[in-house]
Amino acid sequence: MAASIAKFRIIVGALALLWVAVSSYPAGAQPTSVDPTANAVSEQQLLQQFKTIQGRGSIPDTKSYTIEQPAGRDWRHFHEVTLRWIGAVAILGVLGLLVIFYLLRGMVRIESGRSGHTIVRFNAVERFVHWMTATCFVILALSGLNITFGKPLLLPLMSPEAFTAWSEWAKYAHNYLSFPFTLGVFLIFFMWVAGNIPNQVDVEWFKRGGGMVRNDHPPAYRFNGGQKLIYWIVVLGGGAIAVSGYLLMFPFYGTDIQTMQNAEMAHSIIAMLFIAAMLGHIYIGTIGMEGAFEAMGIGTVDINWAKEHHNLWLEEVRTGTQPHLAQQQPAATPGE
Amino acid sequence: MARMKFLCDADRCIECNACVTACKNENEVPWGINRRRVVTINDGKPGERSVSMACMHCSDAPCQAVCPVNAFYTTADGVVLHSKDICIGCGYCFYACPFGAPQYPRVGNFGSRGKMDKCTYCAGGPEPDGSMAEYEKYGANRLAEGKLPMCAEMCSTKSLLAGDGEIIAEIYKERVAKRGYGSGAWGWNTAYRETITS
Repeated sequence: MAASIAKFRIIVGALALLWVAVSSYPAGAQPTSVDPTANAVSEQQLLQQFKTIQGRGSIPDTKSYTIEQPAGRDWRHFHEVTLRWIGAVAILGVLGLLVIFYLLRGMVRIESGRSGHTIVRFNAVERFVHWMTATCFVILALSGLNITFGKPLLLPLMSPEAFTAWSEWAKYAHNYLSFPFTLGVFLIFFMWVAGNIPNQVDVEWFKRGGGMVRNDHPPAYRFNGGQKLIYWIVVLGGGAIAVSGYLLMFPFYGTDIQTMQNAEMAHSIIAMLFIAAMLGHIYIGTIGMEGAFEAMGIGTVDINWAKEHHNLWLEEVRTGTQPHLAQQQPAATPGE
Repeated sequence: MARMKFLCDADRCIECNACVTACKNENEVPWGINRRRVVTINDGKPGERSVSMACMHCSDAPCQAVCPVNAFYTTADGVVLHSKDICIGCGYCFYACPFGAPQYPRVGNFGSRGKMDKCTYCAGGPEPDGSMAEYEKYGANRLAEGKLPMCAEMCSTKSLLAGDGEIIAEIYKERVAKRGYGSGAWGWNTAYRETITS
């Protein structure tokens, strides 16, 4: 009897041991594999948290420590789609408006005809600065547009090698002519800032549509409201385009790839709007208005032109309240 | 036709930089340019991870799209290559590239970057396969010889895989299934708009 009890106790003890052993493992599992990188960063988590994935590398080029920046895809969409739309709408839109306006209004004539007497409007220094800036602007605009529109518009017309040669020269012209252009914007700012502070006369000028719609001549000093607008577009737009341009020209000096992308976006959008605005400026300075081009061309304008478009300025000059021009007023010369 | 891809199994990368060295040697890459690099995230901290990265030869490659002079082309194998004769060194491909692959021989002040250089998947350039002109500009053309890129072939832990996308994805899936974990194919979602799910 004692022997059978002892046997029973051994069986119960063995069963209990087995039960303890089995229950300490999850049901039906063999030992699971260990993930040594379970706590390491994951790509999705990093991309959600930051815009880029960065780490540490062993080569000197710190830019290479960024291994992923999906924002490049957004920048690509801007450059290939958005910018082309902005440029096309702004430039073709303004061109179209100018053509319609020209067809409706034609050239704004000197209403009272030419008097044959002229007055100095821009001296040699002013004209030099204007044309230096203007020449640079045209080359900068064309070489810049080539980067955005050259591939779809010009490349089909020439061989890839010829297009590359032209684009490379255009690129160097764009970079180096930025210096005289920026200098020109600086000089324009200081040279004409006194005459370009907005005042009450400009409000009246804009209310009357600059006199462009009907044969109206709202009063104006040396620069009317429209010219002041162009002035500030050149100074502020030119300043912004210079800053963003130099950031691009000296890549990655205190800038990272996001700043470079943003600088390119700012530069190109401002440039497109700048070009559109300058088309309006070129129009009114040439075929849009009789007697306007000679102001910047030879420096003098007809007295009657000045009377109609800048009457207050003419009075200032005549009464000598504009000292820097008073002594330069030439003797009346025959116009024809 | 195969669609060639790179896949870095980040759980295996030990940051030995053999891929970087192999690439530089095989392609005689100029001083200062690294077509491939290894980057370590959270270096020295718990959970650090190293990834070997180069041009991923994206589908619908952004560099190709933004290039203002059409210097890029994609081969039938899905390899994104470029012509150094067409490149004007504007630097736009670097802004568009999600992986920082394009490299330039110079810093780039005044737009003087020089001709862009990047990983060619050891597939040379537009010149005749295996020609000296091709080698001097782009390095080796192993693909034309039926060989895979040197970086992946040299990888000591077989972390870096190169080859047909479907095949290397299958290899990776098998690995993940067998060892029980995997951090995914780094960059695949950005480059190819797909991930490997196992």
